[in-house]
Amino acid sequence: MNLDRVIGIGLRIYVGLALLLVFAPIITSFVYSFDANRYAAIPWGGFSTKWYAAAFSDPDVARGFRNTVIVALCSSVIATAIGFATAYTDYRYRFFGKNVYLALALLPPTIPVIILGLAMLVFLARIGLSGELHTVIICHVVYSIPFAMALIRLRLSQMDPDLEAAAWNLGADQWRTLREVILPFVLPAILSALFLTMAVSFDEYAIAWFVSGFNETLPVRILVLLQREVSPKVNAIGSIVFIISMSLVMLAQVALLARRPQRSPALAGRTAA
Amino acid sequence: MTDERLLVLDSVTKRYGDMPAVRGIDLEIRAGEFVAIMGPSGCGKTTTLRMIAGLETPSDGEIRLHGQRMNEVKPWDRDTPLVWQSLALFPFMSVLKNVEFGLKSRGLAADERRDRALHWLERLRIAHYRDRKVDQLSGGERQRVALARALVTEPEILLLDEPMSALDAHLVVHMQAELKQLQEQLGITFCYVTHNQSEAFAMADRVVIMSDGLIQQIGTPREVYRAPATRFVAEFVGANNILPGRVRARANGIVEVETAFGTLRAAAEETSAPAVGGDVNLVVSADRVVLSTDETAAGNRLTGTVIGEEFVGAVVTLYLDIGDGTEFRVQTQQHALDALEFTRGTRLVAAWRPEHTFILPDA
Repeated sequence: MNLDRVIGIGLRIYVGLALLLVFAPIITSFVYSFDANRYAAIPWGGFSTKWYAAAFSDPDVARGFRNTVIVALCSSVIATAIGFATAYTDYRYRFFGKNVYLALALLPPTIPVIILGLAMLVFLARIGLSGELHTVIICHVVYSIPFAMALIRLRLSQMDPDLEAAAWNLGADQWRTLREVILPFVLPAILSALFLTMAVSFDEYAIAWFVSGFNETLPVRILVLLQREVSPKVNAIGSIVFIISMSLVMLAQVALLARRPQRSPALAGRTAA
Repeated sequence: MTDERLLVLDSVTKRYGDMPAVRGIDLEIRAGEFVAIMGPSGCGKTTTLRMIAGLETPSDGEIRLHGQRMNEVKPWDRDTPLVWQSLALFPFMSVLKNVEFGLKSRGLAADERRDRALHWLERLRIAHYRDRKVDQLSGGERQRVALARALVTEPEILLLDEPMSALDAHLVVHMQAELKQLQEQLGITFCYVTHNQSEAFAMADRVVIMSDGLIQQIGTPREVYRAPATRFVAEFVGANNILPGRVRARANGIVEVETAFGTLRAAAEETSAPAVGGDVNLVVSADRVVLSTDETAAGNRLTGTVIGEEFVGAVVTLYLDIGDGTEFRVQTQQHALDALEFTRGTRLVAAWRPEHTFILPDA
């Protein structure tokens, strides 16, 4: 037998096992969220959606869900706006200390979240901003700006360096150029950044656990539930959170890929005149 | 009468930090003329063009349009459209939207924008592509979109920065003729930057040759070709042979110059003729030279051995070694060599008339 084929099959098995290892817990949780039994065990106790019903009827979970959505929406919009501004500054200007500026802008995700959460709690408490929903929003903005910036910066780097000057040359001032040339060009990255930062915020529990106080987000609620009891409700909530954040990440991918230039000169009619 | 001098550059300098890119150039461009700024890369030609467009601010000197100082005018407040080397078309817009852009930023109503943009698309024969995206067009078609986009505001001056560098060779020749024709019909001033001599000579009324941030010569293509002002121009303009020597005698408009390859004669006007004993460079255009085996040919004569040969269509360039490894170029029609038997190493006589020997003013 051909050695290349053996290696090929071996690699496939390896990748398959790796994926199985990653997804097995999630799939298990998903499967048992529909189990009628109280405790996760084999055999399965039959299909039921009662744990979802139980989760939704829990007022703490409902409140957590609402908080999470508000935080995710607000923080993604703010983080993307600031991320764009940061990326554009980097693209457009050269200034003293630019490397330091970039390093600082990209720093937050490299700090362990426990430290980040604790530091934010201490700082925000001192300036009287802790324990509120907007506290969580502020923290999530800080944490997700680098993701938005990285995506938009990548897109800007693909832009013809003459494009902006070409717009000025045609009579568009800097604001108009930003609106009509730069923003349309980076739009796919902006959409992608919105979805990705939303997903980041939706999943994030460590920082939120420190700073949210009584305004728990859903991931924090799950943590609290797990500490108190092992209820299949957790499986149900976890499945919902997983599906929502995976959808957001996929939307982020689609936004980036859908706008790739399509080359089909043969199809778009030459006879149109 | 309109102002003859449309655009004036008055000792314009551009420095980047301590590095001068353009060093105090003076240039006047008249309304309706086709000017080509030519030079090797890094000579400051593109910087000059960008200063005219307002994309760079001169460090020193003044740029005037219709006598008005332009130095501080922002690029979007001028009407000096540029056709970019990269074309810089907006990739997310249709052809029509690209062309409309300049009108939109000037606040024209949608109907009028569309009409005028379509007019220019028709004029450049690409109206049937109006709804295409730019990346669905060929290089030549994109070129036309870029031209239409720049011309749509009907400017007094159009700036072009090596716009043909991305085109195929056969398209370039085609586009040159069309561009020249367009310029004549429109009566718009064209300021065309290129490193390519044949492009510049094919289209321009006047050629500006730059090197190292300085203007070396301004003149018609013919003047620049036949009477280069500096050694740089003589070398840059291509098919020239440059022979250093010393003036031995002069009489009746003929200067005799002693060179390492014998005494050569040049016709020179009294005013420009150098003094006896002075060092000069002689310029002999390769296409003025006749090859033969006749050791007694009239006029100036050099003998050399054939060291190389180059065919470009009907034109042949022969390289002779005229001694000490000095290369002498001869350019001639293919059929003129039919009677001549030669291979590498054959001794040939290169002859040309004294009036075709040009004396470079600066030695």
